[in-house]
Amino acid sequence: MDITDPMLLRQIIMDHYQYPRNKHAGDTRHNHMIHMASESCIDDIKVWATIDSDKITDICFDGVACTISTASTSILTELLKGKTLDEAKVLIDRYFDMIDLKPVDLKPLEEAIAFYQVGKQANRIKCATIGWNAMKQIIEESEGQHD
Amino acid sequence: MLDVTKIRKDFPMLNGKMMQGKPLIYFDNAATTFKPQTVIDAVTKYYTEQTANVHRGDYDLSYQISEGYESAREAVARFINAQPREIVFTSGASAALNLVAYGWGQKFLKPGDVVLSTEAEHASNILPWFKATEVTGAIFEYIPLAEDGELTLDNFKAAMHSKVKVVTLANITNVLGYVAPIKEMAKIAHEYGAIIVVDGAQGVPHIATDVEDWDCDFLAFSAHKLCGPTGVGALYGKYELLQQMDPFMLGGGSNARFDICGNILLKNPPYKFEAGTPAIEAVLGFKAAIDYISAIGMENITAYEHHLRDYLMSQIRDMDHITIYNPQAATGIITFNVKDIFAQDAASYINSQGIAVRAGNHCAKILMDMLETSETIRASLYFYNTKEEIDHFVQVIREITLEKCVDLFF
Repeated sequence: MDITDPMLLRQIIMDHYQYPRNKHAGDTRHNHMIHMASESCIDDIKVWATIDSDKITDICFDGVACTISTASTSILTELLKGKTLDEAKVLIDRYFDMIDLKPVDLKPLEEAIAFYQVGKQANRIKCATIGWNAMKQIIEESEGQHD
Repeated sequence: MLDVTKIRKDFPMLNGKMMQGKPLIYFDNAATTFKPQTVIDAVTKYYTEQTANVHRGDYDLSYQISEGYESAREAVARFINAQPREIVFTSGASAALNLVAYGWGQKFLKPGDVVLSTEAEHASNILPWFKATEVTGAIFEYIPLAEDGELTLDNFKAAMHSKVKVVTLANITNVLGYVAPIKEMAKIAHEYGAIIVVDGAQGVPHIATDVEDWDCDFLAFSAHKLCGPTGVGALYGKYELLQQMDPFMLGGGSNARFDICGNILLKNPPYKFEAGTPAIEAVLGFKAAIDYISAIGMENITAYEHHLRDYLMSQIRDMDHITIYNPQAATGIITFNVKDIFAQDAASYINSQGIAVRAGNHCAKILMDMLETSETIRASLYFYNTKEEIDHFVQVIREITLEKCVDLFF
């Protein structure tokens, strides 16, 4: 993917905002749920995940959120579904490094690279990370249960 | 009409301030307002020439600043047609509303009593009363709003009954900007033996306020929304009510004497409510702000804002991609959304064009259930805004698209 092509990256964000993937409430098959309500803006989402031994077999989310929150969480659900916890943690760390404008290899982030410059709009970093923070907490919670 | 070009020269924030590389257009006046140089000077003069505490010294400086502080109280009183002894300085409208809910509400409400309000209120006029009803066993009830969110006298009359002890509401609401018929409501509330508390945070800066004519029992407002400093505001209360109610906090300056047995003799109002050293420079700036807007004239301010608002509304009313939530409101607050664009995304784009507006639920979270939207964009005008600023804003609104909002991130 050519990250110098803003048209392409814009298309990714628009597509995931207008047609978000895995955007529905979770159910009894999901053994984790985190409610993320931003104190500083309107974003108010829930993220559900099914973690089966060390693998994330399903992720979904629902709630009220802006373009950036919706698209970044939608992309997260596709990227992390089917990954092991260790793989997911590496990707999440890499995503946060990208948001912090650190020089990292973006390729493994696939469509999530659409947010590689969100850090330039400091007031929107929370939007781009709300779902990712939720998933990070879910993984920590899941690992805590196994310790 | 106002000489806005001349007025704008008085405001440093309106002379060359840029945002996103563009000349700043400030349409968030319901949140706070800019300060004219006279207010800034009044604040700094206290630090450079007048520093001393109030009511506490036998030397000239302290005497002079005490006189200045009390003359600010007189100016505030005159501005809303009250007596100086009926004006309590607080840290702002929120503190003033809390003072009533704690000092009067928690003292006098009984189980089964009713506090009556509306779903359009600011959190600062709802949450203190939630607490007061929780503590006393009183009940919170809402006056149903008309379909467009306006409070009508008929709906108020229908909601009023003999258990209502407190009616509390904004005379201009912060989301929709409707003007409530306070004078008529006060008369009805009093017939039932209830008191009426007015949140004047959005009203006092924009329309002439006359507490004697309205016959309201309490009125709260902030200085910073009428070109004054932050951190200061006032509570007006009828004197006998101020005498009956308890202070929110105790301390230096609020007591006349006390002894080691714990006996306290409080001063008379308003001093019993003003424990601790107040924000002296802010109070002096508050007076300068009142002097400034009084010189322009509240009637002129109201008329000019109305004119600006009509001008803005006439241009965006017919735009298919804009939903306006308060087309009938008579004040300078325009609450809207751009279809299919989340309010915060639209506000970010508007910001990128140098224009400050607010996206969110505007501290009136329960109203959003009524409007059936989780968030809106609010543009709020003041007397220093211009038609040219509105023209630019309208242009931005006309051209906004989701693509442009997303492009901010590249």
